[in-house]
Amino acid sequence: MITAPFDYEAPASVEEAVRMLHENGEDAKLLAGGHSLLPLMKVRLAAPTILIDLRNIPGLHGIQQDDGGWRIGPMTRHADLQDTPELGVVARAASGIADQQVRNRGTIGGSLAHGDPASDLPTVLLALDGELTARGPNGERTIAAADLFLDYLTTALAHDEVITEVRLPALQGYGFGYQKFTRRAEDWAMVGVCALVSRAPDGSCDDVRIGLTHMGATPLRATAAEDALRGSALDDNAIAAAAERAADDTDPPGDLNATPDYKRHLARVLTRRALEEAVSV
Amino acid sequence: MSATVHVEVTVNGERRQADVEARLLLVHWLRDELGLTGTHVGCDTTNCGACTIHMNGEAVKSCTVLTAQADGAELTTIEGLATDGELHPMQAAFMDKHGLQCGFCTPGMIMAATDLLERNPNPSDEEIRHGLEGNLCRCTGYHNIVEAVKSAAGAGVSA
Amino acid sequence: MSAIGQSMRRKEDPRMITGRGRYTEDINLPGMLHAVLVRSPEAHATITSIDTSAALERDDVVAVLTGEEMAGDFAGPLPMVWVPPGVEIKTPENWPLKRGEVKHVGDPVAVVVATTRHGAVDAAEDVIVEYDTKPAVVNPEAALEPGSPLVWDEFGTNRTHEWAIGGGDIDAGLAEAEVTVEHRFVNQRTSGAPIEPRCSVAEFRGDDLTLYSTTQIPHIARFVFSGVLGVAEDRLRVVAPDVGGGFGAKLQTYAEEALVLALAKRLGRPVKWVETRTEHMSTSHHGRDQINYVTLGAKRDGTLTACQVRVIADLGAYQQLLTPFIPELGFPVMGGCYRIPNIDLHFTGVFTNKMATDAIRGAGRPEATYWIELMMDRLADELGMDRLELRRKNFIGADEFPYETALGIVYDSGNYQGTLDKLLEHFDLDEFRSEQERLRGEGVYRGVGFSTWVEVCGLAPSRAVGPQGVGLQAAFWESANVRVTPTGSAIVYTGTSPHGQGLDTSFAQIAGDILGIDPQNVDVHHGDTDQGTWGWDTYGSRSLSVGGEAIVRAAQRVQDKAKRICAALLEAAPEDIELVDGKYQVRGSPDRSMTMAEISGAAHIPPNELPADIEPGLEESAFYDPENFVFPFGAHACVVEVDAETGKVQVIRYVAVDDCGPAVNPMLIDGQVHGGIVHAIGQALYEQVVYDEDGQLVTGTFVDYALPTAAEVPSFETDRTETRSPVNTLGVKGIGEAGTIAATPAVAAAVLDAIRPLGVTELDMPMTPMRVWQAIQGVGPRSTEQGRALDDHGDGSAGSGPTGPDEGGAA
Repeated sequence: MITAPFDYEAPASVEEAVRMLHENGEDAKLLAGGHSLLPLMKVRLAAPTILIDLRNIPGLHGIQQDDGGWRIGPMTRHADLQDTPELGVVARAASGIADQQVRNRGTIGGSLAHGDPASDLPTVLLALDGELTARGPNGERTIAAADLFLDYLTTALAHDEVITEVRLPALQGYGFGYQKFTRRAEDWAMVGVCALVSRAPDGSCDDVRIGLTHMGATPLRATAAEDALRGSALDDNAIAAAAERAADDTDPPGDLNATPDYKRHLARVLTRRALEEAVSV
Repeated sequence: MSATVHVEVTVNGERRQADVEARLLLVHWLRDELGLTGTHVGCDTTNCGACTIHMNGEAVKSCTVLTAQADGAELTTIEGLATDGELHPMQAAFMDKHGLQCGFCTPGMIMAATDLLERNPNPSDEEIRHGLEGNLCRCTGYHNIVEAVKSAAGAGVSA
Repeated sequence: MSAIGQSMRRKEDPRMITGRGRYTEDINLPGMLHAVLVRSPEAHATITSIDTSAALERDDVVAVLTGEEMAGDFAGPLPMVWVPPGVEIKTPENWPLKRGEVKHVGDPVAVVVATTRHGAVDAAEDVIVEYDTKPAVVNPEAALEPGSPLVWDEFGTNRTHEWAIGGGDIDAGLAEAEVTVEHRFVNQRTSGAPIEPRCSVAEFRGDDLTLYSTTQIPHIARFVFSGVLGVAEDRLRVVAPDVGGGFGAKLQTYAEEALVLALAKRLGRPVKWVETRTEHMSTSHHGRDQINYVTLGAKRDGTLTACQVRVIADLGAYQQLLTPFIPELGFPVMGGCYRIPNIDLHFTGVFTNKMATDAIRGAGRPEATYWIELMMDRLADELGMDRLELRRKNFIGADEFPYETALGIVYDSGNYQGTLDKLLEHFDLDEFRSEQERLRGEGVYRGVGFSTWVEVCGLAPSRAVGPQGVGLQAAFWESANVRVTPTGSAIVYTGTSPHGQGLDTSFAQIAGDILGIDPQNVDVHHGDTDQGTWGWDTYGSRSLSVGGEAIVRAAQRVQDKAKRICAALLEAAPEDIELVDGKYQVRGSPDRSMTMAEISGAAHIPPNELPADIEPGLEESAFYDPENFVFPFGAHACVVEVDAETGKVQVIRYVAVDDCGPAVNPMLIDGQVHGGIVHAIGQALYEQVVYDEDGQLVTGTFVDYALPTAAEVPSFETDRTETRSPVNTLGVKGIGEAGTIAATPAVAAAVLDAIRPLGVTELDMPMTPMRVWQAIQGVGPRSTEQGRALDDHGDGSAGSGPTGPDEGGAA
């Protein structure tokens, strides 16, 4: 398959990229790894008239630890995340994205900006309460994960903003689990669940974060389940009871492989499993 | 008409430069411009892996990379895997273990398999199977492909 | 040492592992143009206008043509070749570009030809086609209802044909039965999905047309396209270069092949067309898509008395090459490997607004084996009898061959008990059952399924399959030409057309043994109608048992002549020359000997000693039409584990014991079996071509059409028994489709066995996680039948629970 024609630029700075985005309007798209965008362009579901490739811009790639968290360049590839086990659930979720070839090209910034609710990293960012920095014509701003995902393939990023950094709290002491349900290994998640749990000194649940993949138009937090578990014991019964709330208030889209009912069922099962995994770590 | 992009790429050890249409996919450049037809196209959706090559030493699906994105990169295709007339051990293992039938997925499969051993020199069966999940084969049922990768791993391919 | 029987490494491999294979898409000719098709997005519509002007304005566009504009380029429509005596098959005209109406999504309505592929794709977007939509019908049973929308108004019905065959007395057999079980099976529509998409390149030079194409059938393609194009066969050459898998999807004479030929002729330049995967999913023919109503009757002791089957076959919108014949193709083995005295089979073909079905790996036999084996399980359960015991009780005995079935088919040879016994040496059923029981206590659900299968292959024999038999307008013999060069290499030309099977290797082993030449020095040629003998190509697991036998005969003739030459030169009698370890020697005087190279040298540059009655040269041909089919068989066991919470099925063990006669190359047999099993696992658990109720194709890419990856399947345990076929001198039977024919019921039965404690007794393929989960819940459809509304909100899924076996009454 062949994309529609487009112009191509590979600027050397974020400022330049922002200027190009701004000047070209909505028809311009950023190109990172291209593994969300190019497949859409090949089947002509997307036809931007200009691609602005970020590959020549220094400083957008890499993983750094600072006090209390991680600073990840948006051009950091899934494979880099996968190969950094210190990232915990991020590494875990990244290692399950598509296949190795895709992970060798796809980037965290691209995945977050694309905002596909079936993708894994948006859910992880949301569960971690991470944030990102974006630069636009009027300078930089920070966008919290909770404010980032607005609708299907729609984020709070303006068309002329470039993600310059992704920041994730380290969440020391949290156990984690990521459960991804697919028909086949390389598929997108039919449903995915990201769980993070910390224990209070008495062993009860001090904090819990549960993110849901592909359970709506955006990644979601399973707040009812979180509320049910927070402060309670972390035994099997409490986890199972909390997991029963995982699909509350969700309205997942049905498709060929899963009706909404089935997806809600999967969310409950996978949440229990992800929590069990998280408390066993 | 797309803009034209100048690229300088090392392909199988040889420096190449070209002015290409911005939308030209890397696989089409390799096949149609350079005549490296060992890299195949089997789907439109980055699923089948028949187009897998190495880009800067790592396996990528060349149907989902613009030629422009490869500027400055070092590429290895199936044609460049053997050195000095000697088959790469993974190639030899595929032949020895009957890891191919129609041969169409084979170049991509071999390129993915060598990357797999680069990442994990002693994979378990399960790790091999997951490591090759981005490459579809309709002929072999994968059994002998797994055997070939195990055999190549035993021969210390990545060492 | 004999080369036959050795796991010789493949002669095909060196070029393929180095990227030096030559597939059709690798062929680029000087001045070549690129064709891209404009296809219908509608399932059923009248074409009201086609505006090609914008596309034609593009600089790189050479031509944009519609069906009307190309009407004069074709002498006839694409053919369907089954003319069963006494049966009318409704066959609409199937032109390469459609005129007037489109009948399924993907139907081609115009072609754009440009100097680059990119330009052709761009220009195709500029062709504006307006349609007047008509009602579509996609469910074959709904299509047979009065008042259904008609795919073809002119026929007044969607029923394409009816065909029936039987043996014994079905009424008596059913009356005699003390127990009957009835069931309705849905065998879903699948795609062949070779990893190489289709591609065709045509060239016109002088008066000569050449077609390079991803085809399994170059000879048949020349035969057909000479008629479609109205050119003499001597003006048309068809070449199948390396072909990247076929699985039946390339056993077809496609519109695009006719189009590139016509365009090359019209434009005077080479023309190439490359299929996208989306085009493959919508316009390369599909397979299966049958509904089977089956009744099996038996005595209380398990003795089978009757088998009655009603097949409703969804043929799609057109009759392609073999479309209506494929459901019937399985009929010779529709009694399985069992003694069934009374059999009654009835087939109804149905038009729907979908792509045509045709042969896909197994073609009629996987469907038959699926219901036969699952019905044996159901009958055993009904009788309270062990499932394998019921099979043993009804197996045709090893001493009963050749065995004539109630249908008058003669099974050539077999030992069904033998493969089952050997299977159970590898698979300890008692141990499995106790483990299964223990694991159930832990909430782990495992199940085992068995398939004791037999199939019919080796198409041929012409008298049975051709015009005088079931009515295919073709013959099915095979040919070979064997030539020894002056320096003692051999060139074998086979009329078969392999595309991954490894026949370059196994045929070299066969010819090498007979000629006394190292197989490494035997080069096997095929797939070019300008070379060698006419042949009937590769499908139906025929290449070895029919094509291989032709090689045996031709090579034997060469050997005979070599012996005569050798005898003359060594001054011995021809009958005293024997071939021992690659040397032609005088019996009893091994020091008096010649190599084939020496003999062939003398044959080509004859010395004076050579008698005048020996012609120069060393080359012979043979044509072979067997007396019967061959009937490979075996026993398979599959173990699955079902995650009862999510419904996900994992195949965790698979054991296969097969019998295809003596092995020519055991390594190749194992490879065929492995691939066949995964193809079948694909159908059982993953794959389905889905159209929605409006006829829109839902599974248009590899994202939605789920081929199994390496991570979905286990490694396999394979073993063999060797029961010779009396049909050919090698004693061999085909193995290319066996795994696919055998394995779907084994996998399906294993799933049902696993979840039986959860109250599930039936489930249709593909046994997807959602469908398994719904079955366990006792809600939801048991299959995604064609045309069922896809459910966006979850409410439509709440159907009745799993239907009982009584529901499957005969149609």
